Parts: sequence; structure tokens; C-alpha cells
Amino acid sequence: MLIAMCLAIPVRIVSIEGDEAETEVAGVRRRVSIALTPEVNVGDYVLLHTGYAIGVVDEAEAEETLKLLEEIASLSEVR
Amino acid sequence: MKFVDEYQNSELARRLAHRITNRSTKTIRLMEFCGGHTHAIMRYGIRQLVPKTVEMRSGPGCPVCVTATADLDKAIALAHLPEVIITTFGDMIRVPGSYSSLQQSKAEGADIRIVYSAIDAIETAVANPEESVIFIGIGFETTAPTIAASILKAQQRKIENFYVLSLNKLTPPVMKALLDLGEVKLDGIIGPGHVSVIIGSHPYEFISNSYGVACVISGFEPLDILLCIDKLVEQVENGQPKVEIAYPRGVKPEGNSKALQLMEEVFEVGGADWRGIGTIPQSGLKIRKEYERFDADKAFSVSLKPVREPKGCRCGDVIRGAATPPECKLFRKVCTPETPVGPCMVSSEGACAAYNQYGESCE
Repeated sequence: MLIAMCLAIPVRIVSIEGDEAETEVAGVRRRVSIALTPEVNVGDYVLLHTGYAIGVVDEAEAEETLKLLEEIASLSEVR
Repeated sequence: MKFVDEYQNSELARRLAHRITNRSTKTIRLMEFCGGHTHAIMRYGIRQLVPKTVEMRSGPGCPVCVTATADLDKAIALAHLPEVIITTFGDMIRVPGSYSSLQQSKAEGADIRIVYSAIDAIETAVANPEESVIFIGIGFETTAPTIAASILKAQQRKIENFYVLSLNKLTPPVMKALLDLGEVKLDGIIGPGHVSVIIGSHPYEFISNSYGVACVISGFEPLDILLCIDKLVEQVENGQPKVEIAYPRGVKPEGNSKALQLMEEVFEVGGADWRGIGTIPQSGLKIRKEYERFDADKAFSVSLKPVREPKGCRCGDVIRGAATPPECKLFRKVCTPETPVGPCMVSSEGACAAYNQYGESCE
């Protein structure tokens, strides 16, 4: 599998066992290391990069960004 | 996919592009420092969406591309040692070195395996206790902590036959090197999103403070990138460059403290050689003395022939943003994905590969 080196995709934590977690994305399950994100909880989304969760997705910030985008869009009617 | 699909809405993208066009009066040049951004910008046709006033350049953000030929030659030489298994990320295998490539070595019988993760390299070591398993550690701050964590894991599991050739590099020093070089005048930098998940936004402060260049950290979906460009244009129009995060769902100003701690534990900062740029002080990660038994540089010695750079290849210029891929005479003529001359055509994050894949319209 060729991978982009800075690619990280958001996956959901299904279960946690020590420094590893079972994750799920689009129906695909994968065991990943949470050695870099020991604070994660089941249900959190993490950014998965080369087998490691490198960060936790901040869902509130994700919502804020979407709101901002929609606000901008509503102010920019395309003629 | 949650946190991905929402940021791909084409109607929102059109409107955002419209707003950028409306507010952009000055002619500016932006550089993306991440190969993932290079790929996404080409894939989603962002260059065609932004106004003509906004010029986009690719920078040195493709880990495979910036790996110096001498380091690649070393990896190839290691592959030919007896009882050695080389494990590496996929892109690396096809990059031509001075005389050969890992792929060619594999065809000649060297044991070279593509892995998805440094963890897979550890498992390869466990499964092959009679062999020495060397992982080719390339990548920026996104990847370096995963390699640090795997070295710590190998130590914890008392794995004696696992080694890392550390070619990991740091992003802020290469940004500084390019700004100091002044070869390509930049008004704004699209900051690398996943490097910044690890290091946060503080390490980029010098960009606006010392160089007066805007820097906005971006995610990788089309709306993320357009939002980033919108903020960069706004900063330049207002004459107030600063560091901003346009990817707050992933990036915190302070970064990931655990990842930084593990990196600091295993690696120390030193000079590193970059293709097309040369040696940049304090821009590479070397394995600390405490962990030197995992250091392939210490455990194995290989003799190397003088480095030969591919003739006519302008990867170095492309990496510095001094040339675009179509400005290279070899692009798409001699150098293609099937017969790559330089690494920028091999890696999916390389600018030449992205230009080639996503087309004519970008020229």
C-alpha cells in the first residue's frame, strides 16, 4: 500500500486495551497504537497516521469550522 | 467519512473561492510546505479555483523527495548486507539512488519489505529473529514520534534485531532556510496540518515575526485549504501577517505534548542533508546515545561510492519552489511515473507526480 507520509485519517475508537485501540472507519476495523494519545476514550475520533493515533479530533472545533464555512458561504452568493 | 466529507462540499467551495476572488487585490505568492497539501491542491483543482492574483508554489514537504541521494545510497547499501531485512514506507522503494534503487536491489535478491507502520517493522523483527531488521525512518514531525514510540516499544519488548536508519527531518528549520535563501519571494505559507498536530503553531512564530510572511495552518480537505487561502489573502491584504490555525479540529497551539515528549526522549536534533538544499543545521533527528543500539548508523557500516545526481533532473529546484514541474525538460518526456528520474515523480506527495496525475490544466 502506498501511503502519503503526512496523510492522517479520522477513525473512531471502538475499544481500548493498554496502549492499543480497535478503531473503525467506513466499516473497516484496524488495531492502532495510542502510545501518542493516551488520553483517548472510546467513541473519540483520532487522526490515524502510519498505525498510530497522532491526535484527537476536537469535535466542537470541527462544528465551529463548519459553521464558519457556512457563514462565509451565505455572505458570498455566486452570481 | 466523518470529519472528511463535510469539508468537501463543492457549492461551499465555489462560494469560498468567490469570496477569495472578491477580496484579493494584491498579487501574492503562497507556498504549501506539505506534500499532502500539494497532492490535495492538485487533486481538487484548487489552483483553478483561486484568482489569478494568487500564485501557488509547492515546497519541500515530500519526505521521500527531500531525502538526499547519499542517504538513499546508504539505505541501498544496507539492503545488500547479509542477513539484513530492510523495511520501508512504499514510496521510498522506487526512488533512484546514484547507481540503483531499493526496488532494483530487491530484484537482485535483497530482502526489502514495504510496511505501513514502524510497528510492522517491529513485527518483522520478531518473526525473523536470525536477521537484522532495519527500518528506513523518513518523514517529518508527523512521523518522527511514531518512530520514537516504536523504538521505545522495541526496547520494552527487548527486541534485539530491530534498527532504525533515522533520516527524519524537521519542518521549521527548512522553512527558515528557504526564507533566508530568498530565492522565491513568498507572501504566505500554507502550514502543514499534520506536522502541526504534533508541534503546534508556536514554532512558526518566527515566520511572521522575523520575515513578515503570513502563515496559516491548514487541513487537507478542499474547504480546509480554501479557508486557509482566504485567511492568508486577508492577512496580506491587511498587511498584518501572523500565525493562524485554520485546522483547529486537529491542531492545538501547543501541539501534542505526549508525542513531543517521546520524540525528545529518543531523538536529538542535528544537521541533516536535504536534496536540492544541502545541509541545514538543526534540521534532522538523530537517535540519542541512550538508544544507540537501535541506530542502524552505529550498528552497521557500509562503504559508499561517490554520489551521482540524475542528469537534467530539477527535483532540487522543484523542492525549493524555484521551478514548477513543467519547467523541467525531463517532465513527462523522459521522467514519468513508470520511469521516474527523480523522487518528485515517484512519491504521491511529490510535486511532479501530482502535476502529472492531475493534468494539463495546471500548466
